[in-house]
Amino acid sequence: MKPLINSLPETVFTTKVDDLLNWGRASSQWYMLFGLACCAIELMQTGGPRADLDRFGAVPRATPRQSDLMIVAGTLTYKMAKRTKLLYDQMPDPKYVISMGSCSNCGGLFQLAYSVCKGVDKIVPVDVYVPGCPPRPEALTEGLLRIQDKMMRERWLVRSNGSDERAEA
Amino acid sequence: MEPSEIFARLEKQFAAKVSDFKGDVQEPYFSVDAEAILEICRFLRDDAELKFEVLSDQTAVDWPKEEKIQVVYHLYSYAHRHQIVLKVDLPRDNPTIATAEGIWKVANWFEREIFDLFGVIFEGHSDLRRIMLPEDWVGYPLRKDYVEQEEYDGISTQRAPLVDKLMR
Repeated sequence: MKPLINSLPETVFTTKVDDLLNWGRASSQWYMLFGLACCAIELMQTGGPRADLDRFGAVPRATPRQSDLMIVAGTLTYKMAKRTKLLYDQMPDPKYVISMGSCSNCGGLFQLAYSVCKGVDKIVPVDVYVPGCPPRPEALTEGLLRIQDKMMRERWLVRSNGSDERAEA
Repeated sequence: MEPSEIFARLEKQFAAKVSDFKGDVQEPYFSVDAEAILEICRFLRDDAELKFEVLSDQTAVDWPKEEKIQVVYHLYSYAHRHQIVLKVDLPRDNPTIATAEGIWKVANWFEREIFDLFGVIFEGHSDLRRIMLPEDWVGYPLRKDYVEQEEYDGISTQRAPLVDKLMR
């Protein structure tokens, strides 16, 4: 009997369910329309025609309920930090966070100020840090690709020795 | 009107309640007694020759050595194209002054900002609460002796300073 793999007509291909799921997720990262300061201008540029984040399937959504990805773009004050946490909690799992620019990485230029949160990782878990002040659209695109890589490594149907691989990825 | 003329006119009207005129600076100023601030402000706005319709800025300065907090009023007149600055000294342990909200409506937000950052109490203000910082903030950050809290609402305010090596 012929083996099943590679014997089907050319219009069909075989894959693992996990890979298919991850490929679908990685190719449709909907990010939240969420800008805090000057990095948000660069975020808009990244979504614009020249850098064109749309070609990776990443489109902005106006509500956290429909978003997979939060890009924290700009200086985070303590007042805003509480709201950011609320927005993060409203996003459905699985969710990812890109910390864009020096300010959201560590407080940046304003880290000695009384009202500025010293990094968004104080309140939500961050997957990718993009350095820069502000990062160029190319840098943010690279950050998105790193998130895609991370998504592709995740396993949803298999749990080896009881641990969640997502946590290790 | 020249700033010195403005001051002379006020001195004629209010005598010792205005003092310490300084005219050889970019924005000439003089001091005003805290108790007399309302009547002087009203006179500055309503007098036909002065006519300061606009409170273009209101702010404060902390002077810890002199034990005082100084509230500063920047006035401008569109009608006469002249300007003047008023300074009022308040005791640092109990900075309280009457609100100028009834004279210039814009003072509402200016005074909320001064209350927010310096802790000056404006008596008679219609809505005296913090304007920029969260309502549960502790302390007045623009006072020179302000000490940052260890954490705000569960968020740590500490981070190992990355620039320490560069600072000498």
